Amino acid sequence: MRITQGTFSFLPDLTDEQIGRQLDYALSRGWALSVESTDDAHPRNVFWDMWGMPAFDRTDAATILGEVQACRRAHPDRYVKVNAFDAESGWETVRLSFIVQRPKDEPGFALERQEGPGRTQRYTVRAYACDRPAGRRYPGDAP
Amino acid sequence: MRAPDAKVFDAPASAHGATPRVPRDRYRSGVIPYRSMGYWQPDYVPKDTDILALFRIAPQEGVEPEEAAAAVAGESSTATWTVVWTDRLTACDRYRAKAYRVDPVPGTGPGTTTPQQYFARIAYDLALFEEGSIANLTASIIGNVFGFKAVRTLRLEDMRLPVAYLKTFQGPPTGIVVERERLDKFGRPLLGATVKPKLGLSGKNYGRVVYEALKGGLDFVKDDENINSQPFMHWRDRFLFAMEGVNRAMADTGEVKGHYLNVTAATMEDMYERAELAQELGSVVIMIDLVIGYTAIQSMSRWARKHDMILHLHRAGHGTYTRQKAHGVSFRVIAKWMRAAGVDHIHAGTVVGKLEGDPNVVRGIYDTLRETRTPECLEHGLFFDQDWADLRKVMPVASGGIHAGQMHQLLGYLGEDVVLQFGGGTIGHPMGIQAGATANRVALEAMVLARNEGRDLWNDGPDILEQAARHCVPLRAALELWKDVTFDYASTDTVDYVATPTAS
Repeated sequence: MRITQGTFSFLPDLTDEQIGRQLDYALSRGWALSVESTDDAHPRNVFWDMWGMPAFDRTDAATILGEVQACRRAHPDRYVKVNAFDAESGWETVRLSFIVQRPKDEPGFALERQEGPGRTQRYTVRAYACDRPAGRRYPGDAP
Repeated sequence: MRAPDAKVFDAPASAHGATPRVPRDRYRSGVIPYRSMGYWQPDYVPKDTDILALFRIAPQEGVEPEEAAAAVAGESSTATWTVVWTDRLTACDRYRAKAYRVDPVPGTGPGTTTPQQYFARIAYDLALFEEGSIANLTASIIGNVFGFKAVRTLRLEDMRLPVAYLKTFQGPPTGIVVERERLDKFGRPLLGATVKPKLGLSGKNYGRVVYEALKGGLDFVKDDENINSQPFMHWRDRFLFAMEGVNRAMADTGEVKGHYLNVTAATMEDMYERAELAQELGSVVIMIDLVIGYTAIQSMSRWARKHDMILHLHRAGHGTYTRQKAHGVSFRVIAKWMRAAGVDHIHAGTVVGKLEGDPNVVRGIYDTLRETRTPECLEHGLFFDQDWADLRKVMPVASGGIHAGQMHQLLGYLGEDVVLQFGGGTIGHPMGIQAGATANRVALEAMVLARNEGRDLWNDGPDILEQAARHCVPLRAALELWKDVTFDYASTDTVDYVATPTAS
């Protein structure tokens, strides 16, 4: 399967050139860029591992793209995404967030059910990857 | 003996100004013009805490605009048709609404096909209103005056709700920022669809549509306004099957998904019961219809805040009073009331779809819902500066007769903080519902990517869609099927303004 979180997951994977243009756009809006990665892309997992701090004062896309590439090299089988953070009053939140790397194999999620009263179900979405301990969830992870 | 309304027809020329009479004369029993009762005060300077209203008035023949404006001010505040001595038991100067400015409406009157209309500005003291109550606010402002004989037609065009009053309202229970953080979806409009056919599907068939549309790429699916609990589908069945679809789609895509479960019902007790099941099943969103009334909306807003629920409002019924320019309440005003009352989503027009929506009017409404401050902008129908006092932002919903081929126009007109809802444009796709959803999502993401790259959406939009369709067969099919579908009709509700408004 292919998880479809992020702004551009329904498009073919972005090239570095395309990523660079999105970074330019975010910088032109005054947003701070950051890179994050995870081996647990559960839809409710909003706290991916930060690749350093958000680059509040960096204004060139090339530096950020360098960070993306460094994060990919360090975590070749993790999901990696770029976030653009807007500190303007009334927003103070992420304004753009898109995946820039995914594992070669995405095992996806199981839907578990627990019977409740009155035909209700308690649903749990469970990542198959999380059957294995952190750090050994994808084939390329170090043992 | 004079008819009760006679005072508005035969005002003496000497009474045109606002010079207060000496009290003994002012309160002598009988009937005097409203403007002589203190409801017309052209030199009044509105206070920061006043509630301001702008009415479009077509006076009856022979009624002067200042008197008509004063009559509206009077009847929407303290006045009755005759002098009452009991006014003198109150600080009545304060409680009287003051009409303080009247301007002719451009494009009306002699030489046009429309009878002369006037924009009248009226100020209301804060003390006239109960805190945090849309019901009380509206009972004053639109309570009696719309049936008033002295005016031929009357429309409430805009209001300024002062910060002092807005701070007494909860506002949207979630707001755009928190909604996006909960859904973990940023940088693009959200996508939805209303299940069709509107009526008749069983719960199981209904849930199938929910699942297919969400799995295909939509963020939300929606109950229609008239889906409640009918013989063909009991509400519990709908909730249970819909949430099965929602959760299946979450597991299939790794994305948070939602279905607007419409909890509209006959009584508050029924609505709370339905909302509670939605919560128990883990839904992120519930839905209500505008026809449940302002008090019920505020109650559901409180409930939604308490239970971390996004509250979707369908504006069912609004067209009966918002669409005609001469008479009623503009949707701008409804949008202001609803932001204060506290909803997270509200249907607000598409510009290009099948329902009413002049681009300038829609822009004014969207700004009203999404901005932290809206400055006066006559072009967009905004007559006052409005500070939203940090009330959260409402996500507008564009729904009704839109399809993937219009994506560049939709993003161009409506921006990215909006839910685009393609009902027929998803479910009517020739390759099936999932394909319809995928076509919309691909078109959307391609358009956002291109916009961010600095492409010119208005001119390059069709090319951008064609390029995206090269890697997406469902999008190619959608573009082919709906390429010629447009809804080009003249708008009924448009803005009347000239760059510099005429002074009264």
